[in-house]
Amino acid sequence: MSILIPLLIGLVFGCGLIVSGMSDPAKVLAFLDLAGDWDPSLALVMAGAIAVGLVAFRLAGRRATSLRGKPIQMPTARQIDRRLLAGSTLFGVGWGLAGICPGPALVLLGTGAAKGFVFVLAMLAGMAIFTASERLSRARQAKSAPDQ
Amino acid sequence: MITIDWLHFTPASAFAGGLLIGLAVALLILLEGRIAGISGIVGGLLQPLRQGDVAWRLAFALGLVAAPLLYRWLLILPPSHIDAGWTTLVVAGLLVGFGSRLGSGCTSGHGVCGLSRLSPRSLVATIVFMAAGFATVFAARHLFA
Repeated sequence: MSILIPLLIGLVFGCGLIVSGMSDPAKVLAFLDLAGDWDPSLALVMAGAIAVGLVAFRLAGRRATSLRGKPIQMPTARQIDRRLLAGSTLFGVGWGLAGICPGPALVLLGTGAAKGFVFVLAMLAGMAIFTASERLSRARQAKSAPDQ
Repeated sequence: MITIDWLHFTPASAFAGGLLIGLAVALLILLEGRIAGISGIVGGLLQPLRQGDVAWRLAFALGLVAAPLLYRWLLILPPSHIDAGWTTLVVAGLLVGFGSRLGSGCTSGHGVCGLSRLSPRSLVATIVFMAAGFATVFAARHLFA
């Protein structure tokens, strides 16, 4: 069952978020509050994840296909542009407002918390607005292109 | 000066949980050939997809949602505290959803996977969203509180 593998990987990721305390928005906000009583835990979560990730991506970089024979799809974008900076800024502000980013949002949804449900709905709406605005600007570009 | 809250700092479980997250990242790239960026995986479901590109995204997201259920069944699920009010939550969710898509990634895609790939682009993104997060919490808790 090929669908079981990504499901199990999602479970491992989610359990990692729970074990690390990152599924608790209050703990994330305690990391982001440098001027208050600072909880550096999030930095150690990143360190643990990156320690394993460094090895994994080094191995993956040497291969064209995965161990299951699927193409390894590495990101190709290199440019540091206004979209990257504006998007990351907006994301960071939202993250700082509630202490929730996309992974923990899905875990909070699973805990049955009503606030987790509302956050996920708003997040999906934000993603849908992005997709719609992309489609709109592409359609506009296509319309103006023949004149150039 | 920064004062560390030693009472709530949990270095061992934080690092252990981080290793588990890293394991998931490793398995997804080495078995499925995909980057474990949650905003990209979920956001990708909201745009026209090629055939064969939907099921793994749904399955991975479902795994994340099911994690607390599995955890609660085996162990004691630690409590989570969402202090933000309803309006703040909606605004925050919209910003997180839109911003992570515009910036092509979030804490997992840029912060964990990008830094693991030694990507300069992801390093810049991570510095920017961390700085924005620090500034937002500072403003909310210390300027306008």
